[in-house]
Amino acid sequence: MTTTAPAPTPVREPLPRTGARHGPLRHAMTLAWRGVVKTIHSPEALIDVTLQPVIFLLLFVYVFGGAIAGDTSAYLQFAVPGVLVQTVVFASGGTGTALADDLHTGIFDRFRSLPIPRSAPLLGAITADIGRYATSGVIMLVFGTILGFRTSAGPLAIVASLAIVMALAFALCWVFTALAMVVKEPRSVQGMGALISLPLTFGSNVFVPASTMPSWLQGWVNVNPVSKTADAVRGLLLGGPVAGPATTALLWAAGIAVVFTPLAVFLYRRRT
Amino acid sequence: MEPVISVEGLRKDFGDTTALAGIDLSVRRGSVLGLLGPNGSGKTTTVRILSTLLRPDAGRASVLGHDVVADAAAVRRVVGLTGQYAAVDDALSGVENLRLIARLLDMSRGQARARADELVERFGLADAAKRRVKTYSGGMRRRLDLAASLVGTPDVLFLDEPTTGLDPRHRNEVWDQVRTLAAEGTTVLLTTQYLEEADQLAEDLVVLDHGRVIATGTPASLKTEVGGQLLHVRPLFRTDVGAVATLLGELTDEAPAIDPSGELTVAGSPQLLQAVGARLGVPIAELGLRLPSLDDVFLTLTGRPADETTEEVPA
Repeated sequence: MTTTAPAPTPVREPLPRTGARHGPLRHAMTLAWRGVVKTIHSPEALIDVTLQPVIFLLLFVYVFGGAIAGDTSAYLQFAVPGVLVQTVVFASGGTGTALADDLHTGIFDRFRSLPIPRSAPLLGAITADIGRYATSGVIMLVFGTILGFRTSAGPLAIVASLAIVMALAFALCWVFTALAMVVKEPRSVQGMGALISLPLTFGSNVFVPASTMPSWLQGWVNVNPVSKTADAVRGLLLGGPVAGPATTALLWAAGIAVVFTPLAVFLYRRRT
Repeated sequence: MEPVISVEGLRKDFGDTTALAGIDLSVRRGSVLGLLGPNGSGKTTTVRILSTLLRPDAGRASVLGHDVVADAAAVRRVVGLTGQYAAVDDALSGVENLRLIARLLDMSRGQARARADELVERFGLADAAKRRVKTYSGGMRRRLDLAASLVGTPDVLFLDEPTTGLDPRHRNEVWDQVRTLAAEGTTVLLTTQYLEEADQLAEDLVVLDHGRVIATGTPASLKTEVGGQLLHVRPLFRTDVGAVATLLGELTDEAPAIDPSGELTVAGSPQLLQAVGARLGVPIAELGLRLPSLDDVFLTLTGRPADETTEEVPA
């Protein structure tokens, strides 16, 4: 060696930095942008939050509605707020599957080798998905209205009802994220996610009033966060008690998030 | 001159399996180090520890003076990683992938766009830049992956089996890119199970087997270590192998090695070559002298060929 370097200083400036904003959430927002661009490139990925709830609504209203409520248009009023909640619960399961996919392809290795906070990819993915959930909520309300759903609520109450649903979705997506970190295989995440989302949605008053169910089942249905959220949405959109169910629903969401957010982050860090 | 990458006593266990049983190595600035070994020898584990994706169980490793455990964030600022599987997003286009990395490296929007355009140009992906990666061929994905690891102009680049699964043409393209980077001053640590690849690209070699360093040196010094020139003969007809073996045995007092293709090999010299040429009474396909290949090196060092599929490392 003819050259002598006193210390291992980098040959070049490591990274150009001028013009960049800084902040703890900036990287997460960049990764959320990735989620949005992905959706724009492949709108078919939106099927689970668009077409699927529309089919659910049509199926329940016109196939089961008559039998459940005796009248499909009366059932529509009951079902739209319920399917709104159910859609978002299912969609938050999709968050887990997508993350398991990412972990599988190795792109998280790339993210982890970059000088960004380790939680940024997780936070970014979930932020982008909250956008998906909101889209599905709006589609549900619009399509319900086309079918004949009528709300007495003003714009503020509609926004509030969507916000309560988003709170539940945000909490649940951490459950599915934790699941994705444990199960790893995308297909298994989807299968095991269904074991969570099916009892949550069908074991609730989303499609059928709890009063028709056996008492042992009512015990679960009446505490189920999905029921409480559906109650709150019905109260806001159709009139009826709001404060009680909304408080319970939000407490549920907060409780789930408090337990599963640190758990998901812990499991994610342990994998790295 | 202080090494850019320095590793001492690095150890990693996965349950009962020892992936690294304490390895030492160092990489000079601006050089290409080839980490050579069969599957399960610990190459990928080494790269994952050096790129801060895994924590070692014991030992010490540093990149440009930054400890990979204590100062992982500093290491991430100076390294680029191209793994065994292309770590790019299928659902995004080529430029979008590169812009995403650039933004995550704190470049402004304008800088990110300029850097992405520059890299797609350099890696021959300009025509496909706006297409989703899903539609790319295997070679294009590898090139994009390599480009993605260069967005931040890293001083140190880790390439984990960069050409595994590529056809020869695409493999040569990746090789050319690696040579260019090394010429520009990037320090490269490359893992490979292809002896030819190590021979083509690396100035220094570290041979791993079962999580241990079994040899270090330049490709040339390793070949010398194995011995001098080899004489090889391949008769045109397989039925003549026996006769040629007898002749070589008579001339050298040594039984020749015979490989499955019917090639016979013995320690050789120009004199022997002449003698063999004069006395061969059968038609031959090949006859010549050569330096031992890295395949020969590996066979000598481990007692088995490099491409032999090994079981997982025994506990």
